[in-house]
Amino acid sequence: MTVLERIQSRGTLLTHGLLGVLFIVAVGVVIWLLDSVNGFIVYQLSSVTYIAIAAAGLTVLTGQNGQLSLGHGALMAIGAYTTALVLKTFTDLNPAIVMVASILVTAVASIVVGAAAARLRGPYLAGATLGLAVGLPGVAIRFSSVFHGDQGLTVPALSSPDALSDVPAEVWLAWVGLIPAAVTFVLLANLLKTRYGRDFRAIREDEVASALHGIRVSRTQVIAFVLSGACAGLAGSLMAYTSNLAAPGSFPLTLSLQLLAAIVIGGLGTLPGAVWGSLVIVFAPDWIGTLNDAMKLPSNVRDELPLALFGVVFIVAMLAFPYGIQGGLRRLIAWRAGRRRAAAAQA
Amino acid sequence: MVSSSIRRLSRSWGAPLAVLLMIVSACGGGSSNGGTNTASAPGITATQITIGSHQPLTGPAAPGYSEISKASNAYFQWVNSHGGVWGRSINYLYEDDGYNPQNTSTVVRKLVLEDKVFAIFNGLGTPTHTAVVDYLNGQKVPDLFVASGCDCWNQPSKWPQTFGWQPDYIIEGKITGKYVNDNFQGMKVGYLYQDDDFGQGGVQGLDSQISASNVVDKEKYVPTNTNLGPQLAKLQAMGAQVVVLYTIPAFTAISLLTATALHFSPKWVVSSVGAEPITLAGLLAAFAKNQAASGLVNGIVTSGYLPAATDTSSPWITLFKQIHDQYISSLPFDGNVEYGMAVAYSFVQLMKKAGRNPSRQDVIHTLQSGQVDQGPGLVPFQFSSSNHLGYSGVQMAVIQNGQASFTGPIYTASVSGGVQACGSCASKPMPTNGIP
Repeated sequence: MTVLERIQSRGTLLTHGLLGVLFIVAVGVVIWLLDSVNGFIVYQLSSVTYIAIAAAGLTVLTGQNGQLSLGHGALMAIGAYTTALVLKTFTDLNPAIVMVASILVTAVASIVVGAAAARLRGPYLAGATLGLAVGLPGVAIRFSSVFHGDQGLTVPALSSPDALSDVPAEVWLAWVGLIPAAVTFVLLANLLKTRYGRDFRAIREDEVASALHGIRVSRTQVIAFVLSGACAGLAGSLMAYTSNLAAPGSFPLTLSLQLLAAIVIGGLGTLPGAVWGSLVIVFAPDWIGTLNDAMKLPSNVRDELPLALFGVVFIVAMLAFPYGIQGGLRRLIAWRAGRRRAAAAQA
Repeated sequence: MVSSSIRRLSRSWGAPLAVLLMIVSACGGGSSNGGTNTASAPGITATQITIGSHQPLTGPAAPGYSEISKASNAYFQWVNSHGGVWGRSINYLYEDDGYNPQNTSTVVRKLVLEDKVFAIFNGLGTPTHTAVVDYLNGQKVPDLFVASGCDCWNQPSKWPQTFGWQPDYIIEGKITGKYVNDNFQGMKVGYLYQDDDFGQGGVQGLDSQISASNVVDKEKYVPTNTNLGPQLAKLQAMGAQVVVLYTIPAFTAISLLTATALHFSPKWVVSSVGAEPITLAGLLAAFAKNQAASGLVNGIVTSGYLPAATDTSSPWITLFKQIHDQYISSLPFDGNVEYGMAVAYSFVQLMKKAGRNPSRQDVIHTLQSGQVDQGPGLVPFQFSSSNHLGYSGVQMAVIQNGQASFTGPIYTASVSGGVQACGSCASKPMPTNGIP
């Protein structure tokens, strides 16, 4: 952690940007190598990219600014449907432009939600955003002439350019996902170092004290919500590319709850925690499924058990690491550093 | 379960075994039907065919539908215990997608990229399968016998690998419409349909047969809203004497109970999707918290394309019941179990006809050449190079004493053509042990 902290302490866009580029190249190479071993893991990594983007946005909102949202799955749906509708009209549009369109549309929607959210506190805010998560997919069914109801809108698969036609589809998808993910994390990491980041945290700690120090509380809260919503919109767009579909069934309430679970288990309010949590959310169900198959249970138990095991994993993880994975890692590093200091003092 | 242990075995030993067998077979050679088994395609080794599916084992579509894949697997185990297909056992990996298209995308990638299945078989649901149909065709993975009656699967030039199985909703709607015309002449007709490909397809078929002047009202619903009071009150107010339901089982039950509360008792005509008598009777009793409510199923007019699950005179049903009792006796023996076994039979027959060492393309060609017969089904398949839809018709049935009894001729139809009676249509004679 000390190395990362030392780099972060320079706090320039350039340093973060360089780190981001290094990250893209390194993970990109790993993905390329992994594909020959198991293409499915590569596909799962592309799911990690969009879950991580949404989780990063949510961890800023909930962990840094103190606003709890149970509605980020619905904001992802807005991003996904924007992507599907844009691509329906402009079939071959560059993914970067499509993603920007999804971000903008979701950000506009987030202004409305965020303005309402800034007036609500605690359980009332949770309830309002919960309503969004439950209600919004129904819009697609109600206006089925536009959104094609339950069946949803198909999104054409991302195809690699002709020069790279040998690259398997799942590798290209993961590469494409990696870039917006890295950009999001770099920008968010920067933002948290600026005045806005400090304002977010100040409001989380005490709204009245923040107001007395001249921070415009409601405005800052709306900004945090819009920022977080924009991340969810980008994540939704990437999700639509990943699954080739925008359909109401893809955005159940559990998606919003999973995002929340990801940031909590990863370490609330920390960006690396959003990555750890996303890895857990994507990979744990598959491992649990394999374990479950190996136990040779009667089928009625076997079908339902993965969900229960998933819950147990979370409960155990939270008991063992109350500050999430990132908190656990920090404690581990601090403990080792302490031992080293103690050893040095004795010598 | 047996399938899971085979799966773990195949993960650890599959690849070395396949290489070994390829070397062996390269020495042996052999023509397509004679000679030795080779690893002729992804997912096919000398001893095994691995196929996969996405199924709603949990979630909103699980009640009833979760039985289908278990029934298919039971039939495959039966075939395996009788020597398999061309000496290969069938390893059926069905993954739970919870009827969530996002999960479908993930589990199908797992099946194709990690488990390296030969084909996706009987993937269930229109919204779920829509999420993977482009991917499967892009990867040239056979996408066989989709468990959905959407006519959208019939796009041979866009999706050459994709094939339906059950009669599509439009065909069923046409034949149902003809029945209403012939049997309820001059009566006022109303519709209640689910507002998606299922209900809309059904209505398209009905409208092509029933004259618009007889239809007094068309109501629709979405499955997220369980209150059908307004729709049924409207149908009642419009004086509908016959109500055609394009509803899934839970909403058929809600319709019947709501109408009873309104003292509305039209003649009910219900799509085969929503009128499986055993499932429906169970739902009625559960929703009404009264066993007597299950009697509401009696008198419903519906349709079917497989022998009734209660028809013990059919050798197919006798055999399916025997397999059910041997492998999956904890499940009820109903239309879903019958469906799962019948579609598994079609797959085994397809693999038998495709030859000893088929490629993926050979299987597609065999299916398009019309060599797969209807098996237990009442009507022939439509499969050809220009038509990827399955069963070509249905027979109408009336539910009495909780059992569907077929009535009148068997009809065939097509999406674009008319309705014809088919005098020669019937289930095929069952081969020995029900194995093609």
